[in-house]
This record gives sequence, structure tokens and C-alpha cells, in this order.
Amino acid sequence: MSSQGQSMTSTLGQDNLDRQGNGENTKQFITFTLGPEEYGIDIMVVREIKGWTDTTMIPNAPSHVRGVINLRGVIVPIFDLRARFGMGLTTPTKMHVVIIVAAGTRTIGLLVDTVSDIISVDPKAIRPVPEMGLPTDDQFLDGLVALDDRMVTLVSLAGLFGHHAGGHAAAEVPVPAAEQEPARAA
Amino acid sequence: MSGGADLNNPLAQFRQTYFEECAELLDALQSQLELLSNGQGDAETLHAVFRCVHSIKGGAGAFGFAALVAFSHVFESLLDAVRDRKIAATSDVVALLLRASDALADIVAAARDDRTLPAGFAGDVTAALEDLLLGASDAPAAVSAAPAAATAESAAVGETRYRISFTPHSEMLQKANEPLLLIRQLHRLGGLSVEADESRLPPFEAMEPEAAYLGWVFTLDTGAPQSAIDEVFEFVEDDCELRVQVLAAPAAGAASAGPAERLAEDGSAAAEVPAGDLHAAAAPSVHSIRVDVDKVDRLVNLVGEMVITQAMLTEQSGLLPADQYPVLIQGIEALAQSARELQESVMAIRAQPVKSVFARMPRIVRDLAATLGKEARIVTTGETTEIDKTVIEQLNDPLTHMIRNSLDHGIEAPDVRAAAGKPRQGTIHLAAAQQSGRIVIEVSDDGRGIDRERVLARAQARGLVAPGATPSEEEIDNLIFLPAFSTAEKISNISGRGVGLDVVKRNVQSLGGRISVQSRFGAGSRFIMSLPLTLAVLDGMVVSVGSETYIIPLTAIIESLRPHPADIHPVVGRGDVLALRGEYVPLIYLHSRFRVENAITNPCHGIVIIVQSDTAGRMGVVVDELLGQQQVVVKSLEANYDPVDGISGATILGNGRVALILDIARLREADCQSGPVRPDGNGAWRAGAADVPALH
Repeated sequence: MSSQGQSMTSTLGQDNLDRQGNGENTKQFITFTLGPEEYGIDIMVVREIKGWTDTTMIPNAPSHVRGVINLRGVIVPIFDLRARFGMGLTTPTKMHVVIIVAAGTRTIGLLVDTVSDIISVDPKAIRPVPEMGLPTDDQFLDGLVALDDRMVTLVSLAGLFGHHAGGHAAAEVPVPAAEQEPARAA
Repeated sequence: MSGGADLNNPLAQFRQTYFEECAELLDALQSQLELLSNGQGDAETLHAVFRCVHSIKGGAGAFGFAALVAFSHVFESLLDAVRDRKIAATSDVVALLLRASDALADIVAAARDDRTLPAGFAGDVTAALEDLLLGASDAPAAVSAAPAAATAESAAVGETRYRISFTPHSEMLQKANEPLLLIRQLHRLGGLSVEADESRLPPFEAMEPEAAYLGWVFTLDTGAPQSAIDEVFEFVEDDCELRVQVLAAPAAGAASAGPAERLAEDGSAAAEVPAGDLHAAAAPSVHSIRVDVDKVDRLVNLVGEMVITQAMLTEQSGLLPADQYPVLIQGIEALAQSARELQESVMAIRAQPVKSVFARMPRIVRDLAATLGKEARIVTTGETTEIDKTVIEQLNDPLTHMIRNSLDHGIEAPDVRAAAGKPRQGTIHLAAAQQSGRIVIEVSDDGRGIDRERVLARAQARGLVAPGATPSEEEIDNLIFLPAFSTAEKISNISGRGVGLDVVKRNVQSLGGRISVQSRFGAGSRFIMSLPLTLAVLDGMVVSVGSETYIIPLTAIIESLRPHPADIHPVVGRGDVLALRGEYVPLIYLHSRFRVENAITNPCHGIVIIVQSDTAGRMGVVVDELLGQQQVVVKSLEANYDPVDGISGATILGNGRVALILDIARLREADCQSGPVRPDGNGAWRAGAADVPALH
């Protein structure tokens, strides 16, 4: 039901377009935040962006599966990206944002804090993720992009949601013992 | 995104259409041949059979499927001979025709899938067809189908001379019609002389390569009726100007056969009317249209959406004071009525006769009977009963298996049957009927029936029945549906292809149906399936557990009650049971099963819904509250997520929120499982340890 989520696409600033290069090979990413960190996701997989609405829980699902919503008649599961990254559960408010993406043949929603920008990136400017031995395995990440003074981490949908976007398909990231939102999160 | 490659390739599209038509034609062929073999066929049936094969051949020629053309040509020639009574339609011949139609179906399938059939495929059938044909043309009275036999002569006794003027419309060739084939067919009818009309031929530079410019005037002397000529042009009728004139009636002379003149279009005498107008005039004869299933599905989804919105409006309008907004409230009531009717109408579009599934069964019986060395026939009734497309698609597997089961375990060998005083040929009866909003499909046979002593003995040996128990006859019969019963039983590789009746039962249940069996030892058995007419809509009870809302299918619910504390008993290691009129019913606490917080944990404060599932038996589901009964539109959860144990689907409530639909059969099973068991790829045939209901 369209009344549930207002499209927020129009509020996205376009001023960063082409800042990183205007060659024909540039790829566009939508950037979003989880706490202070900025992440990017390929714009081609993004279907729409909507505000958080209450979900219907899925029995016995992993904690990062926040349940399902009705997206104009289609049942769409919502994944808590913060929890998926092993940074604890998000406490969603009306200000939180769900990015609806196409993961393979499936349509899924990613719960994030805010959506900030659209950036164009020359693929050559994408740096590999250094090995850091962190729980956030680099299979979830496609690379890093330096953007002025910011760093954007590019998220790999395929890595996150494996063969298909199921909650069980990819192994869950080990969640720190105290499963709560870090204080730094907005 | 995914650029439709097929759309850019018209040939691929035509090809697809051709194979869709082939499937329909093969179904029709099959059912017409069945009529023949049951002795119900008449001349018209033969014509219909001929037309089917002829159409398949025509398209095959256009697409260059050589094997298909070759085989259908022999088939068609034989049919032609049968039709002209050069060969009698004896039961042997009909049996051969049935085999030929099976082979034709295989060849069509091979052409569709771009497979190459092994050399000599259906060689025996082809040889048999050719032998028969040869025999017919050797007979002195028979006029051979070979074109060379006939030469143009003046009208002999008993022959009529026709003048046929045939002028194709310029686009006729684009519709894969080849005038040469028509001329050859005419030639077979008798002496033919042909004059070409080149008057429409444009100058060379203006010529369109795919347009038809030539016309022909034929003079035909034939003993065949005029209908035979009409038939030659049957497929091009709409794409040409056709005029058939009788020039000289036979000496014996049918008085009525004066200079009959007709245009291809039905009975229209207006010879001067240009072709375009004639086509417009002929249009009203179209009674059905071919629509892409996706379009219908989109419509169904949209209507589902509308019903949800309408339910929301109705809910909201209930909050308004009726005396202040009478018109609004009336309007919403009217909307509710229209929405319901619209939904029913849209569902009716998707409804199809079960014939499409039933038509596949005779072949299965034939093939299997031959393999098993048994004699059997199948009789179908109620094929016109309509049921939703989604159900039809899923009906094939269980039905096939039940037929196999009947033939394998039910029907005895011919000698055994004869000794028992039964006809050597067994009969399987497949019947469909609509009964109170459900479709009932019965598979019955006149075989040996269920041997209850053996069944009980085996069940006891497998520990499915307690040694001292004395189950009723009905309970014994239903033992054959237990997984442990049939999978351990691998008598033959025919019924036992890794699936038993337990899988049939599961499959039927996953469709929201039930299956039962009645049997008389020595006289036969009857399997009865009852299925919902559609999978898209379901009558459900809306219940709440904590802050969550679930739907329980109404068909599974027996009763609901608030139990007395004295009736709840814990069973060590097994959870709680509820004493209900002398029976102990296991309780399933939905809040703990689904890990829902803030729910009522004491069943005496909440509600226990007694549900029944064929596999899991009877159980009590503990919920907080009943919210009401509602028809819900079933949505797939698995389109975007993995299957969830205990959940069969989802729906959208009037407030726009998603509610999950409980899978009663899996509710307890899953409870007993230690680890999660995922259904296999297609999700239809669920894997997992099955729960054997105890006999009491």
C-alpha cells in the first residue's frame, strides 16, 4: 500500500553526480548509512526506497530477518543490514529507511539508517577491501571508494544473500555476545 | 532489463504458438481416438482425428520438422483411408491409431525440445501403418492415394465435374500455406486439370517475395462429395477467394446438386463483396480468445489487491456513525458486493476443464498395462468439470500416481481375473465432479481391492499398529497412505518410483485437499480426492498470538474452545495434552512454536483451536484470541524468501499488514524435528521426516 511508504528518492542530492569522473564506464551507487559509516549499493539493483513500516515476524527466522511487509501486494522480507554485518539489531523508527532491491530473482528490503546520496564511481577507483580479520567477512563487500574526505564501503548483494536472498542461505555473521545497538548509532 | 529475445524473433514466437496448438491438437486427437476405441465414434470423429493430424503436419512442414512431417504424413494417409472406408476402423486399427498418436506426441515433444529421436523411433508403428495402407491400396476397389494413379479424364459414371477457382489473398503464403500441397490434395481426389491465372502478377521489380500473386482454376472430376473439396481448402478458407461450381453432375445425379456455387465464407451469396468486408462479416463467429496466462494472473493479482483495499475501507467505514454517512456506507457495501463478484468472475477465467489432465491418463494406462502384461481400459467422466489452472497444474502428478497404483496393485493379471469370474480387461474409472465448492476426483478400479489382513500384518510388522490393537476397516485402509508403509514396500519399480501413496497424500494436502480410500476385497478400490476449486483464495480463521496475527485454514478447523484447567495434562517429554471427550489431543503452543513474545501462555486464558490434518492427526493449537473469519487471498512467501516450517503462505489483511497462513500438516511435524529440513528445489514435494499418526 503506497500510503505506508513515501518515496524518498526525490530528496536525494544529485550534486555528487560525476564528481568522481564522467567517463562512460562509471557505475552509480546509492549510498546509505549505518551509524557513522557510509555504504554504497549498485543503483541498478535498487527498486525503490521507502520509510520503515512495521513488519510481520517470520517464525524462527535469524535475528537479522526483521519480518515481511506488503509491498503493493507482494510479500517482501526485510533484512536488518546492521545485524547482518554483526553490529547488533537496529531499533527502527519512522526515520529509518528500507531500500528495496532485486537480489537475483527475489525482491528484498534492506533496513538502513538513512539514504544519503547517489555517487558515480569509476570502477578503477574502487579499492579492494584490506584483510582485517573482522567478523564482517570481505565476501559481503565489493570494495572501498574514497570520496573527498569520506570513505564509502561498497556492499555486495550476492555475497550477503548468497545463491538467493534467503535468510538461511548465507551463514549468519557471528553477532557479538551482547546483541544490542552500539552507542554510536544515531 | 532482460530484453525479450523471443519477441525479436518472430519465428520463435510462431514456433511457440505452433507447439501450444500441437498440445491442444494432441489432446483432442487423444480424446477423439478414445471415443473411437469405445465404439462411440462416428464419421465426424474420424474427420476430427484427421484434422488434428493434418494440422500438426501442416505446421511441421512450415517449420521444417522433417521427422514429424514424415510420420504425420503416413499417419494422415492411413486416417484418410479409414475415413474413406478403404480400411475398416476395427479395434485393431484403432489400437494402432492410438499407438501412432502416442508416437506422434513423442515426436512433437522431441521437435519442441530440439531433441533428436533415436533412429528408427516408432519404426514399428510406421511399418504397421504402412502395411495397412499397402493392404488397402492393393484391394481392387480402392483408389490409391498415390497421385500417379489418377489422370485427367472426362467425367466418368458416378463422378462429378467441378470447376474450382482459387485465388489466394496476397498474404496467404505468410500464414504458412502452400498452394502446391493443396493442388496435390485435389489431385488425389480425382482427375485434375489446372490453369494458372497470372493476371495479378506485378512487374518483377514490384514483386513482394512473400506475397501470393497467382490464382488457379481447377477442373476436377471426382466421385468424392463436395465436402471433400471443401476440406482441402479448410485451412486457407479465410485467406483466399474460393468458388466451387458443379459443371456436370454424375449420371445417377443428385437432383439437388444444381450449379451450386459458394464462396468460402459461410453461405454468403454476395459474390461481389470485396474480401475485406467478408472478413468483417465473418468475425462474430469468434467465441473465445487466446490470452496469455500472465495477463490473467496480473488481473487476478490486481483484483486481489482491490479486495484487500475494499476490506480495509469496509473496516474503516464500520467506525463511522451510520446515521451521518448513509450514502458513503451504502456505497462501500455496494463496492464490497461488486468486488466479490469481480473476484469470482476473474477466478472463472482461470478455470479450466480437468480434461487437460484427464486426457493424459489413457496413455499412461496403455503404456503401463503393456509393461505389466495386464489388460485395462480407462473410462473418464466429468472431464468438463472446471477447476482453477493452478490446481490443474498440480493435479497431474498425484493423479498419474494413483492411476499407476490402481493398475499395478489393483487390477489383476488377465488370467487371475478370468479365474475370479471377472472380464479379462480391467476398468479404471476416473471421475470428476463439483460438490459444494470443492472438486471431487475419484479413481476407482474393479481390481482386487485392499487385502486388509496383509495390510494389517505388514503395518504391525513395521510397528505402525500396536500388536494388540484392533483398528477398524477404514483405519486399516488408510494405513496405505503412511510413508513408512509404502516406501518400505518396493514390489515393483512402477508404483515404487521413489514415491508412494504417502507422497500422493502430501501432494493433495499441499493443495488444500484430502484423500481417502474405500475398498472391498476382491471387488476393487475407490480413491476419493477432494480439492479446493482454487488455490488463490482460502477461507481462514484469523487468530492473534501476542502482537502477531495468523490465519488458520477453515477446512482444517474442527472446533475451538477454552479448556478447563483440569483437562490439561502434561505428558513427560511430550508437552501437554488436552482431554477432549475421552480423547487426548496434543497441544501446540503457537507462541512457543513460533517464538512470539507477550502471548497468553495458559491455554485456559486463551483459546484452543482443535485442528485436524491427515498426516499429523488431531491437535489443539493454543492462541490468544479468535479475531474472525475471513476469505483471504493467498500470497507466496517463497517468491522472495525461503520456505518456513509450519507456514504455507501469507496474505494481506484489511489493514495492509501481512499475516502468515499456518500449515497445519507441518505444525507438529516441524515440532518434532531436531534440525531444519528444507523442501527440495521445487518445494512441491516436501522432504522431511514424516510423523506417523498413532492409531487409537
